[in-house]
Amino acid sequence: MHEYSLVEALITRVEAEARRRGALKVHGLSVRLGELAGVDAGLFQTAYDTFRAGTICAEVPLTLTQVAASWSCPTCRAAIPRGAPLRCDACAGPARLDEGGDALTLDGIDLEIP
Amino acid sequence: MCTTCGCGDTELVPVELHEKILAGNDRAAKHNREHFLEAGVLALNLMGSPGAGKTAVLEATARAAAAKGWRLGAVSADLATDNDAVRLVKAGIPSHAITTGQACHLDADLVHRSLHGIAWQKTDVFFIENVGNLVCPAIYDLGQAANVVVLSVTEGEDKPLKYPTMFLAADLVIVSKCDLVPHLDFDMAKLDDALARVMPTPRVLKVSARTGQGMDQWVAWLEQQRLKHGLVGKVAGLAAHVHPPKA
Repeated sequence: MHEYSLVEALITRVEAEARRRGALKVHGLSVRLGELAGVDAGLFQTAYDTFRAGTICAEVPLTLTQVAASWSCPTCRAAIPRGAPLRCDACAGPARLDEGGDALTLDGIDLEIP
Repeated sequence: MCTTCGCGDTELVPVELHEKILAGNDRAAKHNREHFLEAGVLALNLMGSPGAGKTAVLEATARAAAAKGWRLGAVSADLATDNDAVRLVKAGIPSHAITTGQACHLDADLVHRSLHGIAWQKTDVFFIENVGNLVCPAIYDLGQAANVVVLSVTEGEDKPLKYPTMFLAADLVIVSKCDLVPHLDFDMAKLDDALARVMPTPRVLKVSARTGQGMDQWVAWLEQQRLKHGLVGKVAGLAAHVHPPKA
């Protein structure tokens, strides 16, 4: 259940950013989760709902954007079919994970600034 | 404040960050990595299921690498007990137990604090034996030079397909307990196929800690890693254990 430690890191970061900008309130935050980030979206949401009580995020909705993992050849750009071996049939080279497939990022925060 | 008309109303400002949630851990891991490399130490993060044979592989490593004259060291993490660290000490590997309580993984700060309990600077190869778990440890950088995942043949050929993030993070997969293959309904070709579907460039060693099968290749891989990271012939020594203020 590392989702709990991730949420703790997330809220700590939001608090620091709000403090740094002198924000009065946080109105929203958005997080991107790649399929290969090693994080379960449902558990992440549950952990957020559990931990946000008593923090600056107590009434802040979390927007989770999930990104499916996809692979392609870095040479010819051919897409690797889902579930197939991670090599390009044409170039015989290793495939590369497309951007976002392993994302575990805090994309943005909506802050109320005086 | 509203700067359009000067009415004094607050403003809702969208702040774009696009920052890794584990950025704080990554900073601590960078600090650990700098320490290891400056001291000439090859640090490896050893991961795998409970019972995969991580400790047994390290015990066998002490035997197989004896001729190299390397000084080995380890920290060994479990939720409870120091059993693995005790086993490693008996095998000749100075070790320190990290008892994580309910934590299912190591993070870079935990590793850093544990280093204060062991003379890691006086080692050539230092193993961080992670908590037995194929999920959580995969996403935490500890400051290691490489990730090694131990997978035993008793776990089944499709384990990589079930836990792709762990195997994607692996620089090397050690297939352990290979001496048991004749007694099992286990197809090594199926395992190789599964690994090829989750790792673009699978690097796999098949070993038995009990018989010593594959241990020479494992020691050779360790030597390659020491070369790759510029650690062969490096004079180990750390001028000062400096901790910069946290960002």
